[in-house]
Amino acid sequence: MTINVFKTLKRFAAALLFVPSLALAAGAAVHLDRAPVSNDPAALQHGAKLFVNYCMGCHSASFMRYNMLNGIGLNDQQIRDNLMFSGERVGDLMKISMRHNESKIWFGKTPPDLTLIARQRASGDGSGADWLYTYLRQFYRDDQRPTGWNNVVFANVGMPHVLWQLQGEQVAKVTDNPDGTKSFELSLASPGTMSADEFDKAIADLVSYLVWMGEPIAEKRKTIGVFVLIFLAGLFVLSYALKKNYWRDIH
Amino acid sequence: MTTKSQALVNWIDERFPLTSSIKGHLTEYYAPKNFNFWYFFGSLALMVLVIQILTGIFLVMHYKPDGTLNAAGIPVAFASVEYIMREVPGGWLIRYLHSTGASAFFVVVYLHMFRGLLYGSYRKPRELIWIFGTLIFLVLMAEAFMGYLLPWGQMSFWGAQVIINLFSAIPFIGPDLALMIRGDFVIGDATLNRFFAFHVIAVPLILIGLVAAHIIALHEVGSNNPDGVEIKKKKDANGIPLDGIPFHPYYTVKDIVGVVGFLILFSAVVFFWPEGGGYFLEYNNFIPADPLTTPLHIAPVWYFTPFYSVLRAVTYPLFGIDAKFWGVVAMGASVVIIAFLPWLDRSPVKSIRYKGPIFKGALAVFIISFFILGYLGVLPPTPMRTLVAQICSVLYFAFFLAMPWYSKLDKCKPEPDRVNFK
Repeated sequence: MTINVFKTLKRFAAALLFVPSLALAAGAAVHLDRAPVSNDPAALQHGAKLFVNYCMGCHSASFMRYNMLNGIGLNDQQIRDNLMFSGERVGDLMKISMRHNESKIWFGKTPPDLTLIARQRASGDGSGADWLYTYLRQFYRDDQRPTGWNNVVFANVGMPHVLWQLQGEQVAKVTDNPDGTKSFELSLASPGTMSADEFDKAIADLVSYLVWMGEPIAEKRKTIGVFVLIFLAGLFVLSYALKKNYWRDIH
Repeated sequence: MTTKSQALVNWIDERFPLTSSIKGHLTEYYAPKNFNFWYFFGSLALMVLVIQILTGIFLVMHYKPDGTLNAAGIPVAFASVEYIMREVPGGWLIRYLHSTGASAFFVVVYLHMFRGLLYGSYRKPRELIWIFGTLIFLVLMAEAFMGYLLPWGQMSFWGAQVIINLFSAIPFIGPDLALMIRGDFVIGDATLNRFFAFHVIAVPLILIGLVAAHIIALHEVGSNNPDGVEIKKKKDANGIPLDGIPFHPYYTVKDIVGVVGFLILFSAVVFFWPEGGGYFLEYNNFIPADPLTTPLHIAPVWYFTPFYSVLRAVTYPLFGIDAKFWGVVAMGASVVIIAFLPWLDRSPVKSIRYKGPIFKGALAVFIISFFILGYLGVLPPTPMRTLVAQICSVLYFAFFLAMPWYSKLDKCKPEPDRVNFK
């Protein structure tokens, strides 16, 4: 019987091996760049600064309190001095003054809350960070759109290119593929205040911050997890020895 | 024991069956000594149930079943889950234990059921244990389905939408039935609150009752074992089965090893992989429920997908009734049919160790079909996938419906008198 069960198990294993490849084949063909996500406090602090300055005009982070930024190495005074502009208190949620029902009329859709954006945007194509990193770097000029901008990853997006002064203006050469999809070739038409490398680095920092904000506990969770697993491994050895000892007299 | 504590035990025993229950269920409950790996999953299922109840109690302390929008335009229920994740001390751990526990519950229950298939644990005299078990599985699915609505994310909302709409396919009563389940014309606050009530009170009560019945019935007839022979047939002079050992301490110490082994895997997921690659916590469910935005692809959680595939595989209308209705019937039948196994299996032996090649082949085909159905249930349908799902659905049902014939035809080996040990 053991042989047959093993045979069966082997066949499951073989079947399961094909699952990831099929899953990839099933996803939409969007190429996402790998986001170089960092846990470095300097990168996260730079990302937080970009977030507060460029994103929070329209997007809230309403599950996030300013003083949770202690988690990326800022004390309350540093948060007050650098990241708060309109008289909030440091224990307040990172809300915005724009009302969601009004912004819905202005933009057609309320700009989403960004607290969890990195977790929401994960898919079979890549992590949420990959999506954000690609999305934020692939805006291009499009006169057909009311904002004057379009995006490769998020076609006809309602959001304008908020960081255009940093990146400069990209234009796209669009080619129609025979299978109905489109290919984009982006080139820089007029440069911004940052070089391409600097801009990529800034976006990487911003994305790192968004990933951190999606689950501020993540690093601590993994640290605790290591101790939990070490404890359980020890307990396993002990419980196994106990079992062995009790079962000595069973023949 | 000191005389004082003995006196206390005596006092209780005269009023409550304490000592006799401990003896009957633990120290003098004789279990076969040849349990193998597959016999861990019963105790593990019980432990996951305890994890779910304990973590559930703490989640309810902070969770708010409220579908209305807060000042930031986010549903209160969704925001309360994030509040637990971010602001309640240790809340993230409680929540991840509960969300991972849901998937773990189905993992151990599926393996527990597979054990039953391997060793014929459903056969006479254990038919009632098996029926209680099938009911537990059914109730567990209801529990999981209703619990999945509570985080009020996009997948919560649209998954419930799809499943509740299935009920409206039932002729005559369908639309009213769906209305009654939702408590509204659309999924909304009323639905959320009644699902909360069912998930937190009604269904767990039923579940615990059924688990008690499952275990009482088991201890009445005694456990099966990998050889499928009845240990009660060979007893010593004291009436103790020759191949039986007291459940406590032997299986309590053994099950502790299983529990710790399970906790290692479980903790690895909870602490390092809580989203389970988007299968334990779906990515779309981090987006608050939005009745106006339908996700491109709505997939049920992984543990429902085999049955969901059976549902989608039915594409032909019959007797003038929509195919969707027959899909619902097929999905229901695919679960209920499990309860009939004790009367479908006509093999002279219980365990797969002594069953012939036909049963082994049928079981292998069944399990592979089940995996393929599960896999297809995650994906959007295409004509090719629907065809594969149809073939696998037929194979799934054939395993049960043809069993009375192939289990009889099969060339079985003779069962031993005593169990094999070492």
